[in-house]
Amino acid sequence: MTMLTVSGLSAGYDGRPVLRDVDFVVEPGQRVGVLGPNGGGKTTLFRVLLGELSPLAGAVSAPTRIGVVPQTERSRLDFPVSALDVALMGTISTLPWWRRPSRADRRRAEEALAAVGLSDLAHTTFGDLSGGQRQRVLVARSLVQDAPVIVLDEPYTGVDAPSAELLDALLAKLAADGRALLIATHDVGQTRHWERVLCLNRRQIAFGRPEQVLTTDVLEATYGGAVVELPDHRVVLPPHHH
Amino acid sequence: MFPSIWHALADPWGQAIDRRAFLEVCLLGVSGGVLGCWIVFYNLSYSAESLAHALLPGLVLAALVGIPLIVGGAIGVLAAGLAIAAAARVPAIGRDTAVAVVVTAMFGLGALLALSPATPPGLGELLFGDILGVGDGDIVAAAVLVIVVLVALRVMHEQLLVVAFDRLNARALGVRPGLVDALLLVLVALALLIAVQGLGNLLVVAVLVGPAACARALTHRMGPMMAMAAAVAVLAGCGGIYLSYYAGTAAGASIAATIVGVFCATRLVRVVV
Repeated sequence: MTMLTVSGLSAGYDGRPVLRDVDFVVEPGQRVGVLGPNGGGKTTLFRVLLGELSPLAGAVSAPTRIGVVPQTERSRLDFPVSALDVALMGTISTLPWWRRPSRADRRRAEEALAAVGLSDLAHTTFGDLSGGQRQRVLVARSLVQDAPVIVLDEPYTGVDAPSAELLDALLAKLAADGRALLIATHDVGQTRHWERVLCLNRRQIAFGRPEQVLTTDVLEATYGGAVVELPDHRVVLPPHHH
Repeated sequence: MFPSIWHALADPWGQAIDRRAFLEVCLLGVSGGVLGCWIVFYNLSYSAESLAHALLPGLVLAALVGIPLIVGGAIGVLAAGLAIAAAARVPAIGRDTAVAVVVTAMFGLGALLALSPATPPGLGELLFGDILGVGDGDIVAAAVLVIVVLVALRVMHEQLLVVAFDRLNARALGVRPGLVDALLLVLVALALLIAVQGLGNLLVVAVLVGPAACARALTHRMGPMMAMAAAVAVLAGCGGIYLSYYAGTAAGASIAATIVGVFCATRLVRVVV
């Protein structure tokens, strides 16, 4: 059973492709690390998956609802919403436009916050939470959406080590529950623990199991420069790609 | 002492003109305060002021032709909206410049028409408002506006929240940002059309932006913020009428000055506390 199929995809802006030849299949329970330099096409791919951008060529077969966990810096931190309000936003796609979230929807949002370990902070203003807590609230929002596929845009950026561990455990649990996750990241070492890795640099460089994909050749083709592999499997990328 | 305070407060209510003015500012205050919160969070304050100025040629034309001002104002807003949309499509111009150019042109056209010999006297009221001259029809229009604004904002509340909070991902959450923007602008245009007759072309934006800006400084939740903005607008509106009554100043300007005074006071409180 496949959750998401992308075949022969080209996408871009004003008719000019910025990403081409993308072919991959994601199954339930898989975490896919999406690697690539800035401008390599990660955001463009996500925009196509989320239906914000039409493909120039190729096709995407995806569930109706895809959850999204954006970088929290791109959310309005000055906006007067609580963590619960943000989680409740996940109900909108399941409701007709004239219906407001019911008590049952509110309960679902509270349960989602509990699932990400934030029950105690449900009424805290979103902008007052730490980076890691905000990421978890946005994950809760996609849980409320009941989305079988979730795309996460660099969720570890600006997150301290303990919060990153919590987020790691949470993503593992979501995958174990049968969801498919596409996670954009610059941390090559982290993707070694996930089920699949997709490397992009204006085209698809590689897709497959981490042990097949994460070779020096592939990483150099992905990042367009010499990469340094440390003994503990960590990889140092060319500086301008961070 | 208390009887004299009571008399000072009750005196303006003795006249039907002032009673209607109080009722009008209360109704406009509720719709303006609540709507203003979204105007502030959608960064639409400049657009709201621009739309208000764009009403002028339509209002003057309506006065010249003898049709209801609200019809003329609506034509003015529609013409400005179409002109801005057309100019904004030219890449070399851009949206911000398009708004500035179109609104300046519309306001200039309105001033030219207002200064022409054929124009009837009293057009200063279009610029500065005539809250003491509102009739029963104006009050009914303001009451309808309150209902429309409150119902529309209640129905659109979640969609407005999503777009304001996370515009880039709103579509993925099932909300169309363009549609929400358009509906909000329609509400703003409607509010301006109805409020402009009482508060004037130059001052109307004060009741839309000022109270919301005050409430934003004092609360951290949308619901209380909207309630507080409506309360500030109503109280400052009534305060402005008292000021006008006792100081002999123009009512519209007094209301705008009171709102600005409350805003400065809330900023001061925010800094001190």
